[in-house]
Amino acid sequence: MAVYEQTYKRYAGKLTPEWSRFLIIPRHAYRAVFNSKLFTAFFVVCFIPLLVEAIMIYLHHNFSALVAMKVNVKDLFPVDASFFQTFVNIQGGFAFFVALLLGPPLVSRDLRNNALPLYLCRPFTRTEYVMGKMSVILILLSAITWIPQLLLFLFQSYLEGFTWFRSNLWIASAIFIGSAVWILLLALISQTVSALVKWRIVASAAMLGLFFIPSVFGEFINLVFQTRWGNIISLGALMKNVTAGLFGTFDRISGRISISDFDDNVIREILLIEPPLWCSWAMLFLICAICLAVLSWKVKAYEVVR
Amino acid sequence: MALPAAVPEEPIKAQPALIEPPVIDLHGLSVSFGRRQILKNLRGDLRGKAIGLLGPNGAGKTTLIHTLLGFHQPSGGTAQIFGMDITEDAKQIKSLIGYMPERDSFIAKMSAVHFVRLMGELSGLPPEAALERAHEALFYVGLGEARYRRLDTYSLGMKQLAKLAQAIVHGPKLIFLDEPTNGLDPPARLRMIKLIREIRDSGQAHIVLSSHLLVDVEECCDEILILRDGQIAVYCNLEEERKSNRKFLMLETRGDQEKFVKALAKLGCEYALSGANRLKIVLQEGVDVRDLYRLADQEQVQLRRLSYKRDSLEDIFLKAMENGYGGL
Repeated sequence: MAVYEQTYKRYAGKLTPEWSRFLIIPRHAYRAVFNSKLFTAFFVVCFIPLLVEAIMIYLHHNFSALVAMKVNVKDLFPVDASFFQTFVNIQGGFAFFVALLLGPPLVSRDLRNNALPLYLCRPFTRTEYVMGKMSVILILLSAITWIPQLLLFLFQSYLEGFTWFRSNLWIASAIFIGSAVWILLLALISQTVSALVKWRIVASAAMLGLFFIPSVFGEFINLVFQTRWGNIISLGALMKNVTAGLFGTFDRISGRISISDFDDNVIREILLIEPPLWCSWAMLFLICAICLAVLSWKVKAYEVVR
Repeated sequence: MALPAAVPEEPIKAQPALIEPPVIDLHGLSVSFGRRQILKNLRGDLRGKAIGLLGPNGAGKTTLIHTLLGFHQPSGGTAQIFGMDITEDAKQIKSLIGYMPERDSFIAKMSAVHFVRLMGELSGLPPEAALERAHEALFYVGLGEARYRRLDTYSLGMKQLAKLAQAIVHGPKLIFLDEPTNGLDPPARLRMIKLIREIRDSGQAHIVLSSHLLVDVEECCDEILILRDGQIAVYCNLEEERKSNRKFLMLETRGDQEKFVKALAKLGCEYALSGANRLKIVLQEGVDVRDLYRLADQEQVQLRRLSYKRDSLEDIFLKAMENGYGGL
């Protein structure tokens, strides 16, 4: 169908492999996403903590620089599991805001403009559609979470030596699993909210609400009942426990409350015990399962009125 | 009056339509939404170049298209497109079809060329080919000059054309058009009809046209399926209908009509006068239109107009709505 011919002609060229077609969605989505200067600026800001992390690792091994600065940085921040866990948590926070900006319009726009039939009338399944939309978030969040963190882990291994690398390889798996679980959760929740709410602002508000309202409610339960089981409904607390478990810093006793009489004599001490790790993992799986069920219900070419 | 030269008879060829699998083959297809049965045991095969789906609102036209596209699961029976089952070979079928939905369907914040390109890529075209064909498709439908404009700035007619462009960008073998002329002004409607006819006449694609506008279907389709309450009310091959009605003629004459009708009676033709200078004729076996010209020449009568009279689609549709259901 050449322009000058202006006749209808069938396409007889080669086709792209079916497995790779879901990646068409992120490729086209990034064009629109990085058109926004505000988003691009924020995305660049997301790399600042990683830069700080890289500088700290460098200083940790550069004795002349340490001497020049007259500080004992080695004792100040040992590069160990806690060091990487801290930065995984910081990047997790940035990932949340990127997902908040990027996620809500992804499916809701298609629903609002009735675009789903256009995707699904092609050799493109609902699973591929969801994978494509999720990969928009997953690829960007990977770029600010586990990929640079693993590169920094390799940087540290390079400076420290192979023995350190071999004995601390589990940190790399903790970085990858911890970040992957968090960004997968963010992607699933943002897609689900986006599929349920057609308007971007409402979807963003709903996503914020989903993260903060249960956290506040969970904290209220913790305070009233002098427990830590309220954390089971707080996404942030769940992820904090899971990450701590992965980095080997999880402690079920997270605090103590002392009850004193008027003379400040302790009459009773209550241990604040975190829910077991398996409960946090189970809760995360449950949330993911609910998200997938909602997506399977909502991502359809047409809603059927029964 | 010069007579038209006799057209030599063409040798009888094997009809490819009978060898190839039908475009759409319905095997007792039923679709239910909850307890509500929308399509009821549809049977038959459709082989036309352009198939019209007609029926009043709620007859099941759009549901039939959606089921063929794999959007709804059949509750009973099945259907085949080009010999492939709609449930088992859904992906292969979808690579051969294009779909222009009835409602406004777009991807937000995109120019037309970006939108059509994306649709082409999703159909499996490599990015360069998709971009090239997106430009070509937009030029073809007449949106060449406006192809870099964002879709949300388009008028209704332009949006319909953009929807057609995304349906044909990958050069499908079968195109489903759901109410393509909805909301169009007369010039835009004519343009859309012209495009549909061009695609049909190119012989490169079959068309399924769903519409409640009889005139659209009549102008574009050679085969029609009229649905009523989810059942096939009438199947009609308009091409066959046209051929079979070649014996009925409407004539407008000038001159001595009395002598002319007497001569017609001698030829054995039945006739009826319908107003001054107007005649309805039924040609007998062995009598040709050329005989009428010869007769008019003999009787010094001018034939000002000669047209074949047949049941209009409106007649067929109204009969279908009055009568019971009929299969293929």
